[in-house]
Amino acid sequence: MSATTTKARFERYKNLEFILGALLTGGICLLVVFSDLLFPGGGEKIDLSARLLAPFASMDHPFGTDPLGRDVMARVIAGGKISLQVGLLSVAGAVVIGVSMGLISGYYRGFWDMVVMRFADVQLALPFILLAITFIAIVGGGLTNMIILLIISQWVQYARLVRGSVLALRDREFIQSARAIGVKDINILFRHLLPNLIGPVIVLMTLNVANNILLESSLTFLGLGVDPLTPSWGGILADGRTYLQNAWWVSVFPGLAILVTVLGLNLLGDWLRDSLDPTGRTSR
Amino acid sequence: MTDILSAPILTVEDLSVEFGATRVIENLNFSVAPGKTLAIVGESGSGKSVTSLSIMRLAETMGASYPSGKIIFSGPDGETDLLSASQKQMRAIRGKDIAMIFQEPMMSLNPVFTIGDQIAESLILHEGMRKADALIEGKRLLEMVRLPDAGELLARYPHQLSGGMRQRVMIAMAMACRPKVLIADEPTTALDVTIQAQILTIIRDLQEELGMAVIFITHDMGVVAEIADDVVVMWKGKKVEQGPVKELFANPQHPYTQTLLSSVPKLGSMAGEPFPKRFPIMLMEGGVPRLVGSEHIQNTARYDEAPLLSVRDLVTRFDIKKGFFGGVTHRVHAAENVSFDIYRGETLALVGESGSGKSTIGRTIQQLQRATSGNITFDGRSLSSMNRSDQQRLRQEIQYIFQDPFASLDPRKKIGFSIAEPIRTHHLINSEKQIRIRVDQLLERVGLTSEHANRYPHEFSGGQRQRICIARALASNPKLIIADEALSALDVSIQAQIINLFMELQEEQGLAYLFISHDMAVVEQMSHRVAVLYLGQIAELGTRQQVLETPTHAYTQRLLSAVPVADPTLVRNHAMLKGEIPSPIRRVGDEPAILNRQEIAPGHFVAQAC
Repeated sequence: MSATTTKARFERYKNLEFILGALLTGGICLLVVFSDLLFPGGGEKIDLSARLLAPFASMDHPFGTDPLGRDVMARVIAGGKISLQVGLLSVAGAVVIGVSMGLISGYYRGFWDMVVMRFADVQLALPFILLAITFIAIVGGGLTNMIILLIISQWVQYARLVRGSVLALRDREFIQSARAIGVKDINILFRHLLPNLIGPVIVLMTLNVANNILLESSLTFLGLGVDPLTPSWGGILADGRTYLQNAWWVSVFPGLAILVTVLGLNLLGDWLRDSLDPTGRTSR
Repeated sequence: MTDILSAPILTVEDLSVEFGATRVIENLNFSVAPGKTLAIVGESGSGKSVTSLSIMRLAETMGASYPSGKIIFSGPDGETDLLSASQKQMRAIRGKDIAMIFQEPMMSLNPVFTIGDQIAESLILHEGMRKADALIEGKRLLEMVRLPDAGELLARYPHQLSGGMRQRVMIAMAMACRPKVLIADEPTTALDVTIQAQILTIIRDLQEELGMAVIFITHDMGVVAEIADDVVVMWKGKKVEQGPVKELFANPQHPYTQTLLSSVPKLGSMAGEPFPKRFPIMLMEGGVPRLVGSEHIQNTARYDEAPLLSVRDLVTRFDIKKGFFGGVTHRVHAAENVSFDIYRGETLALVGESGSGKSTIGRTIQQLQRATSGNITFDGRSLSSMNRSDQQRLRQEIQYIFQDPFASLDPRKKIGFSIAEPIRTHHLINSEKQIRIRVDQLLERVGLTSEHANRYPHEFSGGQRQRICIARALASNPKLIIADEALSALDVSIQAQIINLFMELQEEQGLAYLFISHDMAVVEQMSHRVAVLYLGQIAELGTRQQVLETPTHAYTQRLLSAVPVADPTLVRNHAMLKGEIPSPIRRVGDEPAILNRQEIAPGHFVAQAC
């Protein structure tokens, strides 16, 4: 009897996790997508007479203003456009490339495995900043290039993770039995192997989204991103650092935006991982 | 009764164990006297392992609690109730007074320490010995369990030893402090029969020498008959019967014990029968035993037709141990010049111990493994001359059933998907609706219901999972099914049902089976012909009667004599069972001698002595 109540409690917790995660992520995404409607002009209007207003000091500026008198709330919401694009697209690209490479090299071993893994070793040996600076020097800045750079530097993580799992799974009997039946390789890779190793990939994905949102500001500082004046969460956060002692709100609100997004994605990722695992073993 | 020798050393009184609110053991009572062996038998989930872990007080780390009961240990300094002892007191008792050996010796040995370090550890801890003395004592202990070159073994690591040697090291470690009680939890289940016989002899000899009490936990009634003085039968957490071994086997009282004993196939019980046979089985239904099925002679083999599968001079080798410059220095000679035929409706059993190459042969036929040389012909077509689509068709006509049904089903897929997979892969049925109907039919054929299709593998019991694997194999209308130890992971009562299912299907659909097994008693019941493999070569091949009743090759005789038989009245002689199973790994260039086979009777081939 108690076993069933624990199970019910667990189910309730899982549903709560999904609802909360969807609300947080969905809310942020909606705000960001409709930011132009909510704040025409994106809060770039400079008003030196209203410099560094504290939050709720004026109802026009609920999150306060920055040293140039721009509305922090409007800038944070508008800044989400760059941050979310970078965070989500770079991770999505890296996952697609990394997971496919990992599946192929782990399953087929041999020549392709060697090529992919030696390439990955070289990739891992290059310091990120060095790679970034070289990359900028050759192809120049811009949002697309930044996302490409992040994909190039991060697909290796997924490839190694997936390859390791494939090596552990490929000699398991259910893969052998699929081969014995004559199932095509492509189906073995994507119908049998992928669902069984997706758990850790989802965890790594949620971690990397947060990481990449922050990396965007460093890269913008190096001159790789969009125009440094275009707001982004990482950028606003970095700008506000100098005023942290007397105007905490400039940095704290973009930080909160990142926190809420990442929290939402983590909850969703957790829920997704558990709902993909019919045994529910990973969560208990 | 009051005799000091027969006074029990360990008494379990009214023991109940709970995990959360689930009671796994209820009011268990038994006792064991010094120098005696008590066997606790039961099927998976009967609570026998929890009992042993409770005596060691290790069950608590897994979340167990004890609502009632006492475990009295009568040590040299009075009686102790182990259940009320502190974990600190228990640490002094564990390993010193009560020692335990487990099923999987590789798991119980730490892979990064040498054998010597691990034996010395408990001597240093409990006996306060110095390291050098402990190592000398360790060597003596290894000699006691009859390990050759004990001195050198001390410096080796666990992975350098074979399974049987590791289990002997475990026993030596358990003996280190001369325990009063030895708990052996399925110690021979993972071992080959000849090695199992050696281990049982060692445990029995040590018991006589040291006068220990042994609690032997097993599911194998054959082993019980060999080693036990008294038997406790457990079922669903309760003791259903207890008694001296001969009485219990001769006259089982409880219906569960009766069903358990009736499901055990006994080697030699089919002497004189020319064909394999289906037997009725006793099932427990709501606590009442019921007889299901009837005796039926399995005369299905079509020897009048051309053979379905012909294997000729099959050689399969694996390269291992690459040298410094990438050259191959050693090879596993898994199969050497293996030739046999299988006819429609026939069951050919491949028997042998680990390393004999029996699985490799099955895997080569299934194209999971490439043959080094030789020829395989299926249904008149030669495998080597087949193009891709022919090879794919072969994967439809030959199906493979693995040992562990849980591991061979994708844990993330509903079983309906898994059963339909061969149908979809080979485009046997195209409409989704028809596929669903076919899956339901298959499920019902193997004794499940159509609603099971929407469940995941972990929601089934072991026996049900093997039924699912059989349904999956049947889905593609195969002509040959290769069953690789398909019964060895199952409890005996389930095993008996699956044997009957296999035989019914054979009669219905004219299936041929290549039955790979190490269990001679099951082989005797199921197969028409038997091939005995030794180091990748066929040592003896003939009809079931020829091989099992008149074994001619020395290895067949040795194998048969090692099989434990569930009959405690049998007097047995294990004197001929010595030595390890030789390894099939050889240096490059050091080819094994190909044995010549002689036909000593029509269809009975025996290799010359090696």
